[in-house]
Amino acid sequence: MLARRLVALPQQKNAKEEFLVLSGDVGHSGGRIVVALRAEPKTLNPLVSVDANSREVIGAMQADLVHINRVNQLTEPALAKSWKISPDGLQYTLVLRRGVRFSDGHPLDADDVLFTFQVYLDEKAHAPQRDLLLFEGKPINVRKVDSQTIIFQLPKPYGVAERLFDGLAILPKHLLEKPYEEGKVGQLGTLATPPNQWAGLGPFRLKEYVAGQRLVLERNPYYWKTDVKANRLPYLDELVFLFVPSADAQVLRFQSGETDLISRLGAENFSVLSREQKDYTMVDAGPGLEYNFLFFNLSEPGEKTSAETAQKQKWFREVKFRQAVSAAIDREAIVRLVYQGRGSSLWGLVTPGNRRWRDDKLPHPARSLDQVRALLKGAGFSWGAGSSAESTLLDSSGKPVEFSIITNSSNADRAKMAALIQDDLKQLGMRVQVVPLEFRSLLDRVTQTREYDACVLGIVGGDADPNSDINVWLSSGGTHLWNPSQAHPATAWEAEIDRLINEQMYARTFEQRKKLYDRAQEILWDNQPMIFLASPDILTGARKTVGNFRPAVLEPYVLWNVEQLYLRNDAVNATR
Amino acid sequence: MKGKRTISKWVVLLLALHAIVIFAGFFAPYDPAEQDRKNPYLPPMRVHFVDAQGHFHARPFVNSLQLREGTFDQYKENTARVLPLSFFVQGPRYRLLGFVPTRLHLFGAENERIYLLGSDSYGRDQLSRFLYGGQVSLLSGLLGAGITLILGLCVGALAGFYGGWRDHLLMRLAELFLALPWLYLLFALRAFLPLAVSPLQAFFLIIAVLGAVGWARPARLFRGVVLSAKERDFVRAARGFGATRGYLLRRHILPEASGVLLTQAAILVPQFVLAEMTLSFLGLGVPEPVPSWGNLLSSLQQYSVLVSYWWMYLPAFIMMPFFLGYLGLGSRLQEYGEPYKIGK
Repeated sequence: MLARRLVALPQQKNAKEEFLVLSGDVGHSGGRIVVALRAEPKTLNPLVSVDANSREVIGAMQADLVHINRVNQLTEPALAKSWKISPDGLQYTLVLRRGVRFSDGHPLDADDVLFTFQVYLDEKAHAPQRDLLLFEGKPINVRKVDSQTIIFQLPKPYGVAERLFDGLAILPKHLLEKPYEEGKVGQLGTLATPPNQWAGLGPFRLKEYVAGQRLVLERNPYYWKTDVKANRLPYLDELVFLFVPSADAQVLRFQSGETDLISRLGAENFSVLSREQKDYTMVDAGPGLEYNFLFFNLSEPGEKTSAETAQKQKWFREVKFRQAVSAAIDREAIVRLVYQGRGSSLWGLVTPGNRRWRDDKLPHPARSLDQVRALLKGAGFSWGAGSSAESTLLDSSGKPVEFSIITNSSNADRAKMAALIQDDLKQLGMRVQVVPLEFRSLLDRVTQTREYDACVLGIVGGDADPNSDINVWLSSGGTHLWNPSQAHPATAWEAEIDRLINEQMYARTFEQRKKLYDRAQEILWDNQPMIFLASPDILTGARKTVGNFRPAVLEPYVLWNVEQLYLRNDAVNATR
Repeated sequence: MKGKRTISKWVVLLLALHAIVIFAGFFAPYDPAEQDRKNPYLPPMRVHFVDAQGHFHARPFVNSLQLREGTFDQYKENTARVLPLSFFVQGPRYRLLGFVPTRLHLFGAENERIYLLGSDSYGRDQLSRFLYGGQVSLLSGLLGAGITLILGLCVGALAGFYGGWRDHLLMRLAELFLALPWLYLLFALRAFLPLAVSPLQAFFLIIAVLGAVGWARPARLFRGVVLSAKERDFVRAARGFGATRGYLLRRHILPEASGVLLTQAAILVPQFVLAEMTLSFLGLGVPEPVPSWGNLLSSLQQYSVLVSYWWMYLPAFIMMPFFLGYLGLGSRLQEYGEPYKIGK
């Protein structure tokens, strides 16, 4: 696909409003597009949103200072028309676009930005973004120069500080200041909020919410982007989110023409839609940022850990055992059978969708059972006749190797991966059972009670930059899944990874960061705490009437350019 | 005796069907859990007698299937590759009836695997899975029905024969069981069990649950039969002659209930097979990769399977003769047991 760059004109003729001009097809105004969401968004308030559905809706209603282009994965100007970095890398000076207004017509100025960061940084507001704005516990300092200029002072140089601004919605001070002072800002922005009490800087604004059915957004008449012919965006009059709980139901709705766009498709449904495509286009946007992996329970045995689990952890802690399991897994079969070939095998955390940060030096060994047997033998395992006719893998004390793999029951792909792994390991004499669990109870076991043997999970990277996975890497991180939230790194290699990841955060150039990050990936590969499996392609589709449909591999896959989506002429008339 | 003859016809049919399932290892060409990862969702291969050139072959054959270019799951017949069926071949190892190790299979093909009922998402042979799955499903149906009937008979006979407060107590208990939302009960029960349940444990859990939950209905039925039987003239006469309660139950009342018992059994077995299928369909039954009829059908929960792979429905159709057999036997037994009421 062509990566279309955005062009920011330096000085607009109309000095009152400095528009951001987007290249791309010039569309027609009017019409509505309907999209399905898996569930109702929990909130419209960027300060409290954590779920994917809320993020998707908020993405269409809010805007950030600096934005990451979802196609080329680089930063570009948004509400800030330009920014400068001081030579020491500590000071970022952002200049706001002139004449920008919130969706209720109120003008934006530096005070809104100051207020926004004050709220994000306020511990009492509990904003999930707060952690991003702290550098070793010290907050970012925000200063106003004049009504259009703001200076961000970092406590430490940070290589990609401008990426932090992506997704940080600038809040309307005139609406939120009073509730904030009363300590109620977190309770605002429920779906039932009257449209005139809510405003943002995004292409759409709230119009109507029907509980359990749909959320209707309407065109923001004050939006600050135009197309090359100086038509104010967005083109659409309305953006409708329907709440459709299951993936299959979403496919049916799309097939019957009730929705115009579809994303987060499984490979099987994608091929059903591709086979009978009549008035829609199906697009495989290529490898995304989701990585699926198997990990063993390497957490410290606590008082509650059963003797059985502790016994099994002896195997799991043996690095050769983990390497053997990794070498025994047929990743090619996972890609073929789970993703119907629409995915890629993985040997590290960085997916092929993330070209800049991939470590090409990571080995990609083919599946080799001989090597696996040698590794297991080297670690003191042996084979003997077990209860059944097949040979059984025994540990050094003669115990048969048996364990269970938990996975979340709502994700059929992962259950299938686990079933393939089960069969792969059976060929080595390991008895594996697959246990699908409800997601909450799975997380509870992995992060709280730590009563499990092994688990198949997946994480969808939010950004192509490594810092979005920081909590997976750091031993103190909550999603350092094999042994989360450690007070001190349990092993020397985890300590080394901690050091490398922290160092790359503050390194100045991409090359320096890449070198450190590659080293961390290699340590992860050598120790195999996470055995990476596969990454699916981003599969999307749109009705042929939708113009400017250019799915990206970063979230939101199909709505990232929602302001540019339009309906071709005949379709506009049909919906009117 | 015309009735007896039709009964025996149904019995023979059922015995034949069950024999196929019992000797699944022999009739199934492959191991049910073996994955053929190159051939997921392979449609059933057609058995031919006449080849592409129009020549007739006495030995049936199938054509090998190959993937259409650029697709994942669209296959076409490759008429150049002919796979003749061989009978009584040596195939994968298995244990006949669970203890006789052998490799003899009814049919197979040399070099390549053949799929007469197609393959599933892992490339496992659906025919083999159906036959082995029948062992789990039918056995749990039979055992579940057996437990239910024994419990039901005991409770029903006690309540009906002794009456009074015992009757009240037992029947209220039965009503309580009838009112229980047993599916949720099962969910709750499953949560208390250890995380990983082996296939065997899961199997016995299913049987225990089915048996424990299902006894209430037959108990009420048997109570009614016993109630009416104990007022019959010959029972009163026997009592008048001083027969003990145990003797009455054993000699007069239970034989009276035997017709109902058999009919009930014939109706309950398919019901319990269906119950097992429901549980497996919901993921509460025997865990993968062990096949059961419910597991076989559970992939139909996915829309893509529903519209793309028609052969995934086949197990449902092949199960029908089993259910028909039991229901046919049930209704014949009922006619035979109550000849005057039916009026034949």
